[in-house]
Amino acid sequence: MQKLGDFKLPHFFNYPPYFTLQPVRETREKQIQLWKELILDYCRTQKIFVIRLEEEFPLFSNSVIERTLSHEAREAFLSALVAEGRAEWLDKGRRNCLILWHRIQEWADIIVNFVKDNGFEDSVMTVEEIRLGIESRGTELQGIDRTILVRALKLLEHKGKLAIFKGTSTDDEGVKFSV
Amino acid sequence: MLQNLEQKKSFLISRKKYPKLIAAGMSNFFSKAEVTSSGRPVLLHNEVECHLLSAVDLEPEDHRHFSLLKSGLLILTTHRLIWLPSYSASTPTSASAIPLAAISHIFSSKKSLKSVFHSPRIRFQVLVSSDGRVFDPSSGSGSSSGSGSRSVVVTAVIRGKGDCDGFLVKFWDSWRARAWETTKTSSSGSGSASGSGAATGIGGGLYSSDGSVRMVGVAGILRKEQEMWESTDKSLQDAFQDLNALMSKAKEMVMLAEKMRQKLLSGTSSQTSGTNDEDMGSKEEMQDWLLSVGIISPVTKESAGALYHQQLSRQLADFVRIPLERAGGMINLIDAYCLFNRARGTELISPDDMLQACSLWEKFDVPVMLRKFDSGVMVIQNKSHSDEEVFARIKSLVTKPEALRTGISPTDAAMTLGIAPAMAKEHLLTAESKGLLCRDISPDGFRFYINLFPEIDPCNMYFVKDYGICSTWIKAVSTTGIGERSSTFR
Repeated sequence: MQKLGDFKLPHFFNYPPYFTLQPVRETREKQIQLWKELILDYCRTQKIFVIRLEEEFPLFSNSVIERTLSHEAREAFLSALVAEGRAEWLDKGRRNCLILWHRIQEWADIIVNFVKDNGFEDSVMTVEEIRLGIESRGTELQGIDRTILVRALKLLEHKGKLAIFKGTSTDDEGVKFSV
Repeated sequence: MLQNLEQKKSFLISRKKYPKLIAAGMSNFFSKAEVTSSGRPVLLHNEVECHLLSAVDLEPEDHRHFSLLKSGLLILTTHRLIWLPSYSASTPTSASAIPLAAISHIFSSKKSLKSVFHSPRIRFQVLVSSDGRVFDPSSGSGSSSGSGSRSVVVTAVIRGKGDCDGFLVKFWDSWRARAWETTKTSSSGSGSASGSGAATGIGGGLYSSDGSVRMVGVAGILRKEQEMWESTDKSLQDAFQDLNALMSKAKEMVMLAEKMRQKLLSGTSSQTSGTNDEDMGSKEEMQDWLLSVGIISPVTKESAGALYHQQLSRQLADFVRIPLERAGGMINLIDAYCLFNRARGTELISPDDMLQACSLWEKFDVPVMLRKFDSGVMVIQNKSHSDEEVFARIKSLVTKPEALRTGISPTDAAMTLGIAPAMAKEHLLTAESKGLLCRDISPDGFRFYINLFPEIDPCNMYFVKDYGICSTWIKAVSTTGIGERSSTFR
């Protein structure tokens, strides 16, 4: 089986029509489905949170069969993810896409578990500490995209599980848990 | 003419003694010109002055018998050459004129060494009547050549400083214009006169219908423009009169055609059992006539159609049989059209006729049919042609190991199926729309592969069934090794 880095690629990745946006409706729907799954899988394992359409994305090209997804095709597949709620466009021009291989709610749950597992129920932490701190190493939270993290935190704040406040340094925010 | 020698002698003698008397008699050569009280010439109807020179002598050739007119004002008009005596002349000779009608020839000025030193001269030939005087056409027998059988050369010596060459040009123009011949008809005369361009000179364009004298110069030019305009306008109106007449006739024709149309239409719609064959026959004849005039019978689409299209339709069905076989059962409509017309040689049919003829096939029992693909391409195919059969053939082609690896192009399909590449492409596209094939667009071109997608489960992407097209494909792809793929690209 072919690999992209350490990611295992499915057999149909070498099927040339896979890289051409199919016009026939039924065929296209299947194709989109396969691409959605593949993108999510890849992003999850590689911890990729943002796909920028104007940049090279390893998954969108196959050098073995010498095929690359057209811009139109990329947009089509990502839009399908957005429609499903598994991604969000970061700009109106649809050049940057935030991939939510965990939904925001799922991230929120992960944070809660993280807090509980480490006994941070009443503690205060900065956002950066949650992302890059020693405690988060080895967990899913490690290296999480800041935007996603803040969104998840806001969601929890809304539920009353924590409070966000501005920290001493200019751009770091702090979180007080009350899980 | 003084015939008598005696008279001649006394004439010569008296010339010296009584110049005044003689001068009065001598000027008889020229016609008399009327002068106003202030010395201006009285112009004739429609006569216009064109040019004048001062200090001109008029010398008739035979100036032994006729005096020359010395140092006067020579005025060129559209009708005459008028010579006015200068007011300072001691001898009050009366004004004279030569009608331009009497002039038979104007000599062109000869430039010679002599002429440098001489005063410029204008020489012309004048017809003389039997009495030796200038032939006066208005008083003559009526014809311009008239009784003036002889002609005498008259020389105008220009001693003044006037523009001699310009005068000569105008002289030519006026003389050629023959303004004295213009009758008092409508403005069409002036229109054509001004239309003849430079030849008319200033004179022709300055006519007005009431005959009054117009000014020369800028006003005259403006007037000329105006009149040209008016005459063009009038002739346009006349032309359009004819056109209007034509149009009204055409309207009648169209109304007639419409009536006939209505009759035909009402005839077929109210078809009862009482309709006999004769009626139908004549109706069909009428349809044919209408068709030949270019009016398409409205009945064609509803009924079996005009005879012409029926015949054409059958003929086409017969003809197209052989090309169809050669083309493998399917032929592009445009190709068929070209072949058909080429075979006909003359009496070519229009694309519309072709389309009509093909559409009629569904009403007859012919083995061919017209088919339109999604892409808009229209083909003629055998009724026996089955899409399923074609798809089966395509499937077997596209599942061959080679095709599994690299797909097929329309050309490949064309070769295998034995049909034209354009037709083959239509088949491939149809197969794609049915879910049999998938397209692959790349710099290598437009290719088709067998459709693997139905077999892949999105929830279990990595799983491959043991028996199925996917496993066949994987096997085919891996035999030569994916890396060597590039060499197998066509």
